[in-house]
Amino acid sequence: MTFGWLPRWHRTLKTVAFAAALATAGFAAAQEVPAPVTGTTAAAVAAVQEAAAAHSAAQTEAIASYNRMAPTPGIGQPVEKGWQLQEQMTPIGQEAAFLTNVILNPLIVVISLFVLALMAWVAFRYRAAANPVASKTTHNFTIEVVWTLIPAIILLFVAVPSFRLLANQYDPPKADVTIKVTGFQWYWGYEYPDYGGISFDALPLSQADAAKEGVPYLLDTDNRVVVPAGKTVKLLITAADVLHSWALPSFWVKMDAVPGKINETWFKVDRPGVYYGQCSELCGTKHGFMPITVEVLSEEDFKAWVRMKQKADGIDPTGPGVAVAPALSPTVVAAAVRAAVTPVDAPQIVAPEATSVTPAPAAASAA
Amino acid sequence: MASTASPLVAHDDHAHADHHDHSLSFIQRWLFSTNHKDIGTLYLIFAIFAGIVGGALSGFMRWELANPGMQVLPWFTDGNIDAAYHLWNVFITGHGVIMVFFMVMPALIGGFGNWFVPIMIGAPDMAFPRMNNISFWLTVTAFCLLGASMFVPGPAGFNGAGTGWTVYPPLSTSGHPGPAVDLAIFSLHLAGAASILGAINFITTIFNMRAPGMTLHKMPLFVWSVLVTAFLLLLSLPVLAGAITMLLTDRNFGTTFFDAAGGGDPVLYQHLFWFFGHPEVYIMILPAFGIVSQVISTFARKPVFGYLGMAYAMVAIGFVGFIVWAHHMFTVGLSVNTKMYFTAATMIIAVPTGIKIFSWIATMWGGKMTFETPMLWALGFIFMFTVGGVTGIVLSNGGVDTYMHDTYYVVAHFHYVLSLGAVFGLFAGFYYWFGKMSGKLYNEFLGKLHFWVFFIGVNVLFFPMHFLGANGMPRRIPDYPEAFAYWNQIASWGYAIMLAGMAVFFVNVFLSLFGGRKAAANPWGEGATTLEWTLSSPPPFHQFETLPDLTKVQQAH
Repeated sequence: MTFGWLPRWHRTLKTVAFAAALATAGFAAAQEVPAPVTGTTAAAVAAVQEAAAAHSAAQTEAIASYNRMAPTPGIGQPVEKGWQLQEQMTPIGQEAAFLTNVILNPLIVVISLFVLALMAWVAFRYRAAANPVASKTTHNFTIEVVWTLIPAIILLFVAVPSFRLLANQYDPPKADVTIKVTGFQWYWGYEYPDYGGISFDALPLSQADAAKEGVPYLLDTDNRVVVPAGKTVKLLITAADVLHSWALPSFWVKMDAVPGKINETWFKVDRPGVYYGQCSELCGTKHGFMPITVEVLSEEDFKAWVRMKQKADGIDPTGPGVAVAPALSPTVVAAAVRAAVTPVDAPQIVAPEATSVTPAPAAASAA
Repeated sequence: MASTASPLVAHDDHAHADHHDHSLSFIQRWLFSTNHKDIGTLYLIFAIFAGIVGGALSGFMRWELANPGMQVLPWFTDGNIDAAYHLWNVFITGHGVIMVFFMVMPALIGGFGNWFVPIMIGAPDMAFPRMNNISFWLTVTAFCLLGASMFVPGPAGFNGAGTGWTVYPPLSTSGHPGPAVDLAIFSLHLAGAASILGAINFITTIFNMRAPGMTLHKMPLFVWSVLVTAFLLLLSLPVLAGAITMLLTDRNFGTTFFDAAGGGDPVLYQHLFWFFGHPEVYIMILPAFGIVSQVISTFARKPVFGYLGMAYAMVAIGFVGFIVWAHHMFTVGLSVNTKMYFTAATMIIAVPTGIKIFSWIATMWGGKMTFETPMLWALGFIFMFTVGGVTGIVLSNGGVDTYMHDTYYVVAHFHYVLSLGAVFGLFAGFYYWFGKMSGKLYNEFLGKLHFWVFFIGVNVLFFPMHFLGANGMPRRIPDYPEAFAYWNQIASWGYAIMLAGMAVFFVNVFLSLFGGRKAAANPWGEGATTLEWTLSSPPPFHQFETLPDLTKVQQAH
């Protein structure tokens, strides 16, 4: 899917949002419609934000603290001298690791050893000293049919679990949390539309900082992608400049970030912890230096993190389990007004700030 | 020159040959070459030179990766770390393009194909000798353009194209504003044009210039392999040419074929590239299949087992090779049905490949085997290609590839089928035909030493990459987390061992060329039944002025 639909969609969204703002921001504002649009929205914004500020001041008293979790050695990251798949943390990862470790790897080792054994036997048995007269055999219909059919049958057996894995990868449960991921040269940007559009960039820690914190260099980031345990997390992945690829080996997730397209993937992790990945599509000079860090927290801790982030971003508590305000709260109004006044000049990707008003982008972006 | 002892051939053209040979000036003979054997020699010399350059690039890459941190590349950039990171990308790009387009293809197709396809079908030369000449010189020009691209601006502030050999946009368009990528694109254009001309030449030659009685089903398997390869080149390279031309106009003339902002699609480029790129990997391996078939048959002293199956397995591999391309794109966001199709189609390739492996073993079964150097390389080829092939079965799974894609597992896989597959086939052919081409015998001890050192080296080099990939290490990164250090260091030692093997090779080549014993027409004895062994070593400048008659021969391969 290309992004050709985006500008038009964005305009529609603007209209809807602007109408909502006018309807709720007060009769006084509505009466001023003939006045210049900017004046109208500015007034609305001012009014709504004032109300919202008073509202949120009462909300943000009881925020639990958030501290960066320490990674567990050997989990969610490459293992020193490791030669096997990273331990899998998602149902898909476990299914795929079973397919790889229990079906495919034994199969390919047996095939390789079988060929090696045949070659060794032939080289020994039919060396010139042991077999001075070469046979003239050049055909054997039976054996040729056998070595065509048996590999085909083996492949059929391999195909069944392979297709089941693929089907399961593309059959996610209903998403609990949606995160928008944007690849930049050379860092990742994240946004949580469900939670008022919390957004941040994730840059690699310097070697000194990583050492100080006791986390792996080139894997940990200054801001981590925090998600709740046991919940289905949907990722909407795109890029702002060149191709990138969002990869997290221990979740069995890898999805390219393509400018102008929104790719979707998902994961569900039960175990709280820190998990690492790296950009996996050549994206220029610092391709090797845009790591991915996901921190899985208990639901309570996740909410605490959300509130902390919202406070830092000046966003009123909003989102599932976090918001306390009614549906058409000043928060929503403020978001709508902000959307209305945001100039539509972003050429590549839409970053709808008013997602809380219209859940449409998630549905529209299915690849 | 030795006269031939074969009943197959009745010709006495040697006097003419010598006369021709000596009447050409150096420039006439080596710059304006129209003789298929001279052009083949030029291709081989060029491929060896390009192989040294491409191999040196990978040497610096392995050296850099031997330890975490940036130790080696900053030497080239006055300590500028960012420039060193970019230089890394230039090196991986250069290594890939050089090894594919300027080492393996020129050696297998341009070198051995030119030398032995006409001889093996009993033809005096290629169908279009002048076109043959321009194919070669276009390849050289393409190599020069690629070399030049390393020294002109690529991305802002740095020189060279750091796009990878795949040249994906937008990194190759908006990501590289400087002219380096334009030069790289022109280089691929010329290399592609050279290969298309070569392919036309081979197809015409094989279809029209076979000696009387040399039916298609009597052709040696090496000729079959080059025929199938030529069709793959002919059908796939125009698609690459189109794709990179669109890239060029996107870069310079404001089109937006691959730019979403203008209604284009970056993924479209990947489809076009891999529609070429997947046949390309068979272009590199099929001629090696052909060489290995000749060598195994020669040293087992038996005709190839299941000849028709072998020939049509290559045709099948070539055909299926055109309909599996998107397995290189499993993570771009394909739909589940698309991934299922490409998974299934890719797995099917294992069947004709299996037929080939088992047929080679069956060829040896019941044979009278000896283990001269070419045979060692051929045996090494069969086993290493099997190992590279079975990891391909793992990667063919769209679901499993989610994890493996763009990791070192993929690097291990394609180096097993190329660096231990195609290159082993290349060395098998080089030793097999060295005496025929040069008239001198190579040193058997050094040849075997080369094989064993190289064999150990490349396995130590590439096998740990499976582990790195399984452990999650991405490709194309100059520095890596500490946890990947162990196997990276071992892989780098493997490079050093491999390098020692190559040193033996070069010593052998020089000693043999300048001091080797004279090669007989057929140094391999009863097992060597193809037409080149009926000629002197080296063959006369023009062979088969009287065509060999194979109408009475049951089997010519």
